[in-house]
Amino acid sequence: MVARVQVPQQVKRGELIEVRIAIQHVMETGFRYDDRGRAIPKNVINTLVARYNDTEIFRAELGSGIAANPFLQFYTVAEASGEIEFSWVDDAGEKGTEHAAISVVG
Amino acid sequence: MRISFISAQRERRRGFLARLAALWVVPFFGARGAGAQETIEAIVPSVKDITRGAPLRPGKVQLEMPLLADNGHVVPLKVTVQSAMTAADHVRGITILSERNPRPVIARFQLGPRAGRAEILTRVRLAGSQRVVAVAAMSDGAFWYATAEVTVTESACLDQS
Repeated sequence: MVARVQVPQQVKRGELIEVRIAIQHVMETGFRYDDRGRAIPKNVINTLVARYNDTEIFRAELGSGIAANPFLQFYTVAEASGEIEFSWVDDAGEKGTEHAAISVVG
Repeated sequence: MRISFISAQRERRRGFLARLAALWVVPFFGARGAGAQETIEAIVPSVKDITRGAPLRPGKVQLEMPLLADNGHVVPLKVTVQSAMTAADHVRGITILSERNPRPVIARFQLGPRAGRAEILTRVRLAGSQRVVAVAAMSDGAFWYATAEVTVTESACLDQS
């Protein structure tokens, strides 16, 4: 699964940072049918977790009400240089992970 | 004779226009009146699973969505909760609920004091014009909510329609 994480490259300690993630995923609702009339099974990213230097900072439980190619933006306080790592799993059991490095000065 | 014929026709036209206007106005005000009395539990019954009997009050939460979305597949959503976001006083979670989607719970977010600011942006699907409710769970056990009304011209075809 293709995903993109956006964080500011360099921030001051204690500063508020904007974290964004966009994942390429159909977020299939389970309410659609294919051209032969068979129901397309529901397959959405159900859980997404963000860790900042191995500490969980954000968790999202998503449903079929989230648009395809889910996008999320939230905030966190810059504490130390390191990584913000995302991991997620969909209904089909497929897992994905993506990370972004962050450098904290001062 | 000719003059009276014209005025009669005009009168009929006036009557028709008045009735047409009534058709538009009555449901609009009727719907507004009913909406004001409706409790939040009536709009989104699944809210009870979140609060579990605790009082739910309007305020502190800000839910920003477009008034008009010409496509229900991708509707931007921004939820902000007023909170100091300290260890003692912070937002534990935010739930986004839909009035008309086949699955009422759109998303559940867990956050904590490390967030610094309780604000989340995402994009949702909406099956038709409806109200969207954001419920915030605070660290002191209180619940606050906000609603946003969105008119969707082309629904997300969740039910093959």
